[in-house]
Amino acid sequence: MNRKMQSALEEVDAQETLTNRFDVDRIREDFPILKQRVHGRPLVYLDNAATSQTPQVVIDAIINYYSAQNANVHRGVHYLSQLATREYEDARVRIQRFINAAETHEVIYTRGATEGINLVAQSYGRKFVHEGDEIIISTMEHHSNIVPWQMLCDGQRANLRVIPINDDGELMIEEFAQMLNKRVKMVAVTHISNALGTIVPVKRIIELAHSQDVPVLLDGAQAAPHLKVDVRNLDCDFYAFSSHKMCGPTGIGVLYGKSHWLESMPPVMGGGDMISSVTFEKTTYNTLPYKFEAGTPNIEGAIALGAAVDYLNSIGLDRIAAYEHELLEYATEVIGAIPGVRIIGTAREKASVLSFTVEDIHPHDIGTILDQEGIAVRAGHHCAQPVMKRFDVPATARASFAFYNTKEEIDALAAGIQKAIEVFS
Amino acid sequence: MAELNELYQQVILDHNKKPRNFKRLERANCEQEGYNPLCGDQITLYLEMDGDLIKDVGFQGSGCAISKASASMMTTAVKGKTKEEAGLMFDEFHRMVKGDLDAETEQNHLGRLKIFAGVREFPARVKCASLSWHTLRAAIEGYGESITTEDEHRQD
Repeated sequence: MNRKMQSALEEVDAQETLTNRFDVDRIREDFPILKQRVHGRPLVYLDNAATSQTPQVVIDAIINYYSAQNANVHRGVHYLSQLATREYEDARVRIQRFINAAETHEVIYTRGATEGINLVAQSYGRKFVHEGDEIIISTMEHHSNIVPWQMLCDGQRANLRVIPINDDGELMIEEFAQMLNKRVKMVAVTHISNALGTIVPVKRIIELAHSQDVPVLLDGAQAAPHLKVDVRNLDCDFYAFSSHKMCGPTGIGVLYGKSHWLESMPPVMGGGDMISSVTFEKTTYNTLPYKFEAGTPNIEGAIALGAAVDYLNSIGLDRIAAYEHELLEYATEVIGAIPGVRIIGTAREKASVLSFTVEDIHPHDIGTILDQEGIAVRAGHHCAQPVMKRFDVPATARASFAFYNTKEEIDALAAGIQKAIEVFS
Repeated sequence: MAELNELYQQVILDHNKKPRNFKRLERANCEQEGYNPLCGDQITLYLEMDGDLIKDVGFQGSGCAISKASASMMTTAVKGKTKEEAGLMFDEFHRMVKGDLDAETEQNHLGRLKIFAGVREFPARVKCASLSWHTLRAAIEGYGESITTEDEHRQD
């Protein structure tokens, strides 16, 4: 090989390394909101577990829908209605592939993860859960995976049982295995804890539950944007998630359910689109997924979620997970090293959520001081009051990272916390 | 930054660190809870009433610096006042933190409590500053049930 050829090959190698490298600066260009200044400082958005930011392609999808596609779906013979229907159903197929569901009709559009969980609790629950039966959840559930089951248990006189967690915020599997019995009719646990960041070993939980013929619902609100979700590999029976935590708009989400469960479950809302025929004597329900989608749906939301899925795929969930893990490790080191900081949630398997307290400073005061530095974090109980109780804190501050965050932003967070400590010293 | 210094003034930080009247009153004949579950701010207020007179007052609880300092300074301000006087201070304090009363130019009875004027620049923190005051009003009016100020923004 001559020298010229060799240097040309080296150049190709170098370029390949460059393209493989996670180019966060280029990715940030996709998010118009990140260019904003807050209180005179560059916005440092670290509240991604609450809601993620929206890339231009998703914004464009919404604008394009109302500019060129707006019509009601599944109704008209006219051009626009057919166009809107096609886009709306195309998005469903893309979501199906995104979570590797076996069938397109296993993807039910909802308003978000909360609605998905409520749907299962009300539909599956009222049919299959009876007096004396048990529902199992865990200590680290978001309120949206607690309250719907409490409401069901109240109505059906069933019992809610709670899997404990250890001091690191990890689910105690042995205890869970012993809780399983013939009366258990559902196990509903989170895939990733919003308050602690714990990645729950859901596959093991599903295996154990299935060995006793108990179905499993996963609250995937935090997981869907941060790791590759494969519902067939997990073998979960239900999986609920929200668009607005994965670069899509608010007001739309997805409930995945295995066909045989969805077929056997009654609808919870009646109206247009969910029927195949109506007379005053008898109504026949539509087939899946429409049985669970009464009324004119959030069409633009579904289409925009489809665009968000395409966007996430274009970066790659594996690369996103790897980069975010790097951010988490860096943040844990830098923030954890600040005297007086206590990190809440130290599971071995963690997603990019850093919950913490600072000695003698209430999280709310930290939140206000960080806000003045342009840094957005969440301060409070994160809709997970039982978790706060478990760790004996009234609240925490929480920084949650997305793939468009940088190490420089984590340095800014550390400086902000130092500043709060100074103010209070 | 100027706003931040205005909010976290030394007096406020001092009351946060060393809250006054931070105790359960043995002779209390009126007790009231205030709770903001979203923030985790919780206060129990103890009053020793002698007819219409607030003879003694104490509080316990946990919360952010603003809520704790506000409760502490409120107890020192209303001790020895009548229900009516305390009610007037509640009203003025509430209007001040919401930006409806300029305590520097308009007549008022707030005295040292004027230090909380900076809260008006932080709408999200109004509920922290006013929790103890709403708790006091509920105590005086005999609500009994726990109260909250987390719906404050909806009242506007």
